[in-house]
Amino acid sequence: MGSISEFFQHLMNGLTLGGIYALIALGYTMVYGILKFINFAHGDILMVGSYIGLFTYNAIRGQQMGPWTIIAFFIAMIAGMLFSAALGVIIERIAYKPLRKATRLAPLLSAIGVSFILSNMAAWVWGTKSRKLDYPFDNTPLDIGGVSVTPHQILILVVVIVVMVSLKLFVDKSRIGKAMRATSLDQDTAKLMGIKADQIIAITFAIGSALAATAGFLIALEIKVYPSMGTMTGLKAFVAAVVGGIGNISGAMLGGILLGLLETFGVALLGIPYGLRDTIAFVALIIILLIKPEGLLGKAEKEKV
Amino acid sequence: MINFILLILIYTGIYALMAIGQNLITGYVGLLSLTQAGFFAIGSYATAILSVTYGINFWVTVPIAALIAAFFGVVIGLPTLRLSGDYLAIATLGFGEIVRNVLNNWDSLTNGPMGIQRIPMVEIFGIKVSPYEKWGFLVLVWLFVLAAYYLFERLARSRMGRALEAIREDEIAASSMGINTTQYKVWAFALGAAVAGVAGSLQAVFILSVTPNAFTFMVSIMVLCMVVLGGMGNFAAVILGAFIIQFISYFPQLVGLSNVIPPQFKQVLFGFILVTMMIWRPIGILGRERRGAPGFFKKRGGK
Repeated sequence: MGSISEFFQHLMNGLTLGGIYALIALGYTMVYGILKFINFAHGDILMVGSYIGLFTYNAIRGQQMGPWTIIAFFIAMIAGMLFSAALGVIIERIAYKPLRKATRLAPLLSAIGVSFILSNMAAWVWGTKSRKLDYPFDNTPLDIGGVSVTPHQILILVVVIVVMVSLKLFVDKSRIGKAMRATSLDQDTAKLMGIKADQIIAITFAIGSALAATAGFLIALEIKVYPSMGTMTGLKAFVAAVVGGIGNISGAMLGGILLGLLETFGVALLGIPYGLRDTIAFVALIIILLIKPEGLLGKAEKEKV
Repeated sequence: MINFILLILIYTGIYALMAIGQNLITGYVGLLSLTQAGFFAIGSYATAILSVTYGINFWVTVPIAALIAAFFGVVIGLPTLRLSGDYLAIATLGFGEIVRNVLNNWDSLTNGPMGIQRIPMVEIFGIKVSPYEKWGFLVLVWLFVLAAYYLFERLARSRMGRALEAIREDEIAASSMGINTTQYKVWAFALGAAVAGVAGSLQAVFILSVTPNAFTFMVSIMVLCMVVLGGMGNFAAVILGAFIIQFISYFPQLVGLSNVIPPQFKQVLFGFILVTMMIWRPIGILGRERRGAPGFFKKRGGK
């Protein structure tokens, strides 16, 4: 215990797990940034995207593992992303948009309802049995300087880095990104400046949902696909978003990575029983809310009268 | 048939207790707590462990269950209640999951996933109230419901009830009027938890066994649906909500269609109830617009 290679092993595991949390947390944080409410259905959108990805992948991959299965995997991932994006936009239209001027509690309750509809419809239509997603490549761990790294982990890290960098560039540099930031800062003023806020909100939902589908499809290789797969992961990703500072995109990335590391090292080094692993996130949430409620990178918001 | 109706009414009573607690927290203070299942579990296990392991009489375990649940209500409430409602929803949801996690893993106390069986039946003056004799049990449960209804209705009309409503309508204004908002919120939370704990005790002596799986997030959602459907801020309405939700739950069995209608159907329906009620009638079936308030809860933005 405690050797350097073991440390790097946990670091690697924590980083991949954290990358997944970060991808999901981005969706929560982007929606919160603009609409100031928690999209409870986010984890279920992840689940639906994973199912669509799984079906697409099984339909188009051949029998033989090879370059084609990897291409098929990415095509399936994009299919899941597109489907989730559309689903996210539709949900926003039907269940959240009519409530934009309502009380704070209303969209939250509506989102819980949507989450319940999605997860139970999935169980109804696709069954509760979990479905295996086959690796598109040989997943024998590689030995890199005494650290065992699976190709799956490398895939996760590559996708996460690519997605995060492009998202950050998109939000910081592009016109739509600028409009998103403006809408998030002050929706009414943004509208006065000619920004189509409804469109921006729809785009935000589409991007967030697509990211969730990506994350879902990536972890599906390991945890399989089942109707409630998004619930716990989604909740923990939300914790990650809060830890990083909700509404803040870099914060979600940081929070996700931190939470992944915390869970991995908490079990490996601090001797927290594996059965209680899920509680780490919620304890972290309560601690961060007590010490720094606005999160690590968030700005403290003064409540106005 | 009559047995089914009695069963529905008994469950209505047990859930009505939880809904009354939820109504105090959500309907009066305007906090979205998603942890009634957790307090329900704590109450159930308190009664189960005390009566099976220590041979304590049911009537003694009820106040203990309520107190333990209230204690955890304060423990979870103190750190989280200072925060805005959205965080509270997640933190309380997390707490409910933690409770289930602990019940599943603390084998020496809770017997893990196997749960605790052979809980002794309730006795009143030497007469056993068997859950198989549904009439007797129905009366027992509804006595608790009536007592809780009376107490909470009184509470809502008291100084505390007015303070809670003031907090809901405008927390800053309430605190500037000298209301200790955190203290009142914690009180509401503890009371809501206590009554859910009592519901748990009743559930334990009705089923005569407890397992962690009986206390999923689903329970909290059902309770929330009852409050939203009946009408937030109205205790009689949430009891009606409890009846409607339980009726929907057992409807397939009642009409003998349980093989045709999949179990997910009712859950999907609960989801639709939440969404449609929010869009078309956020005040619930019997809910009423509050005096002087422009909307039901504080409008967003506050501009």
